[in-house]
Amino acid sequence: MAGSTPVSLSADAAAPAAAQPRKSRPTTPAGEAWRRFRHHRLAVASAVILLALFAIVALGPFLWPVPINEIDFSAKLQGPSWAHPLGTDDLGQDLLARLIYGGRISLAVGLAAMIVAVVVGILVGAISGMASGRVDAVLMWVTDLFLSLPLLPLLLLLTYLFRDSVKSVLGPEGGAFVLIVVVIGGLRWMQVARLVRAQFLSLREKEFVEAARALGASKPRLVLHHILPNALGPVIVAGTIDVAAAIIAESTLSFLGLGFPSDIPTWGSVLRDAKDYLDIAPHWVLFPGAAIFLAVITINFIGDGLRDALDPRRVL
Amino acid sequence: MSEEEALLSVRDLKKHFAVSGGIFSREVDRVYAVDGVSFDIAAGETLGLVGESGCGKSTTGRCILRLIEPSSGEVWFKGTDVRKMGGTALRALRRDMQIIFQDPYASLNPRLTVGAIVGEALTIHNLAKSRREHEERVVQLLETVGLQPDHLRRFPHEFSGGQRQRIGIARALAVEPKLIVCDEPVSALDVSIQAQVINLLEDLQEKFGLTYLFIAHDLSVVEHISTRIAVMYLGRVVEIAPSRELYDTPLHPYSEALLSAVPIPDPTVKRQRIMLQGDVPNPIRPPSGCHFHTRCPIAKPDCATRVPELRESKPGHWVSCHYRG
Repeated sequence: MAGSTPVSLSADAAAPAAAQPRKSRPTTPAGEAWRRFRHHRLAVASAVILLALFAIVALGPFLWPVPINEIDFSAKLQGPSWAHPLGTDDLGQDLLARLIYGGRISLAVGLAAMIVAVVVGILVGAISGMASGRVDAVLMWVTDLFLSLPLLPLLLLLTYLFRDSVKSVLGPEGGAFVLIVVVIGGLRWMQVARLVRAQFLSLREKEFVEAARALGASKPRLVLHHILPNALGPVIVAGTIDVAAAIIAESTLSFLGLGFPSDIPTWGSVLRDAKDYLDIAPHWVLFPGAAIFLAVITINFIGDGLRDALDPRRVL
Repeated sequence: MSEEEALLSVRDLKKHFAVSGGIFSREVDRVYAVDGVSFDIAAGETLGLVGESGCGKSTTGRCILRLIEPSSGEVWFKGTDVRKMGGTALRALRRDMQIIFQDPYASLNPRLTVGAIVGEALTIHNLAKSRREHEERVVQLLETVGLQPDHLRRFPHEFSGGQRQRIGIARALAVEPKLIVCDEPVSALDVSIQAQVINLLEDLQEKFGLTYLFIAHDLSVVEHISTRIAVMYLGRVVEIAPSRELYDTPLHPYSEALLSAVPIPDPTVKRQRIMLQGDVPNPIRPPSGCHFHTRCPIAKPDCATRVPELRESKPGHWVSCHYRG
C-alpha cells in the first residue's frame, strides 16, 4: 500500500525514542479521523460545497420564496436575470425555485438509495464471507443473478408494477420516493456485496483475526472490531459512487416519466424537460446538469477523504 | 515423562486438510499436515519444535489452541481434553493458552490503537472493573514488555518490527496465560532484535512461570531457549530429547542432518555437513513406512513398509527410527 511506511526494523525498543515525538494528538478515534480528514483538501472543499448545497435546498424556500409552479407565459425561456437568477422554463416557471425543490428530492433519493445498497451489500457480503460453503455459494449465486439482470428494463417494470399500490399507501410523492429508493438501492447492492465478501475472505485468515480468536473473541466481535473496519475502505468509495448513480438513475426514471409525478421537479426531470430547448435556452439544461455534477463529484471526493481518514496506516 | 506432571500432553494428533477439485468440489486428495504427533510439556519448561517449512509445526501449534480443528487425536491440558471443550470451557481455555505470531506486521489489527489491541482481552474476559483499572492494566502490560505508557494511543504502523512483536507479547500476557505457543516469534526480525525478544521471553517465563511451546526453524535460537527439543519431519515427530543431548548426540538421521547445517561461528572449525538428497516429499502423498526413508542415508528395504514407533532409547530421549538408538 502506497501510504504505509514500515519503520525500519533496526530502530527498536532499545531506544525508547524510536517513534518520533508528535504534537498533542487527539485522544478519541473520531478526533483522529477528523484530524486526518482535514488534510485532504479536495475532500474538505467538497464537504463545504456539499453542505452549502444541503443548506440551500433545506433553507431555500425561505431564502427564495417563489412558488415552483407559478406559470407566467410572458416570461418564458428567459435567461438569468434579477427576477429569475437561473432563468425560466417554457412555462415561465422560476428555475431557481424548481431546482431548490428538486435538490431536496434528488439528494434525499441519492443518499437513501446508497444507504439501502450499502447496508444490503454489507449484510450479504459479510454473511457470505463468514459462512463459506453452501450459504456462500447460494448467496453469490443470487448476487450473480442480480448482476446479470438488465437494470433499466427492470427498474421500469418494477416501478410500473408497484407504482399504484405504493402510491395509494404513501401518497404520490412519498410513494414515488420509497419505490425509487428501494428499487435503485435493491438493484445496486451487488458490487458492495462482492467487495465485502472478497475482503472478508482474505481478512478472516489474517493473523490478527486469529489472535482475536485465540483471545476468545466472539464471532460478532471478530466481524465488528477486526474484519469489517478493515474491509470498509473500498466500500466507502463504492458507496459514494452509488449516491451518484442513484441521483442519475432517478434522473433517468424521471426522464422516462416513471419517477415522481411530472408536476414535481427533480434535477432529473428538469433536465428532461429542458432537452428539447437545448439550442434556444441552454441555461435550462446547464443549471440542473451542474447541480447533479456538483453533488456527484463532491460526494466522490468526500468518499476518498473518508477512506484515507479512516485508514490509520496512511501517513497524513 | 508421566502424564500427571505434564501441563500439556498431545497424543497422536492428526490434521488432514482436504484438497477439493473437479466440478463437484469433491475431496480429491488430502494433505497430511500433522500425522500422528505426540509429546508432553511440563509446567515451566520450554519445548522447542523444529523442522523444515511445511512439516506441520505451525499447524500443530494451532491445533493445540483449537484455532484449527484437529482431525483426530487428543490434547490434554491440565487434565482435560481440549478437543472435547465446548463454549464456556473453551473460553476459559483462552485464558490459559495464548499464541505469539511470526509476522508482527500481519498479527496486529492496523485500525486499532495499541491500547485497544492489548486491552481487548481484558474486555472480552471482563478482567477490569473500571475504565481506570483497564487503562492501568494496559500500561502495566506495556511496561512489562518494555514499551512506554504513551505508546497506548499509537497505531501499530508507527512501530518497528521488534516493538510490534512486543505488542503481540503484551496482548498474549493480558489474560495471564499458563502456556504460550510461540509460532516462530523471531523469524521475521533482525538478528540483533531477535536476541532482545528472546531475552524478553526468557525474563517473562521466569517472572510469570510461563510454559512455552517454541516453534522455530532456526536451531541456534531453539537451542538457546529450549529445555527439550522435538524434531518434526513431514507431520511426525522423529526425535525428542533434552536440548543439550539432542545437540551432542542426535540419534535420528534427520536430526543429524539438520544439526550439521547449523553454522558454527568459528572459521577454523571444519565440519562434515550431511547433505540430504532430494526435496521434502509432497505431504499429499507422504512416503510409506518411515516418512524419511526416501532421503535417509541408512535406510533399509523394510523402512518403506514398517512405520517406526517413537520409543524411549535413553531416559528422556525418544527417537522414531528402526536402526538408531
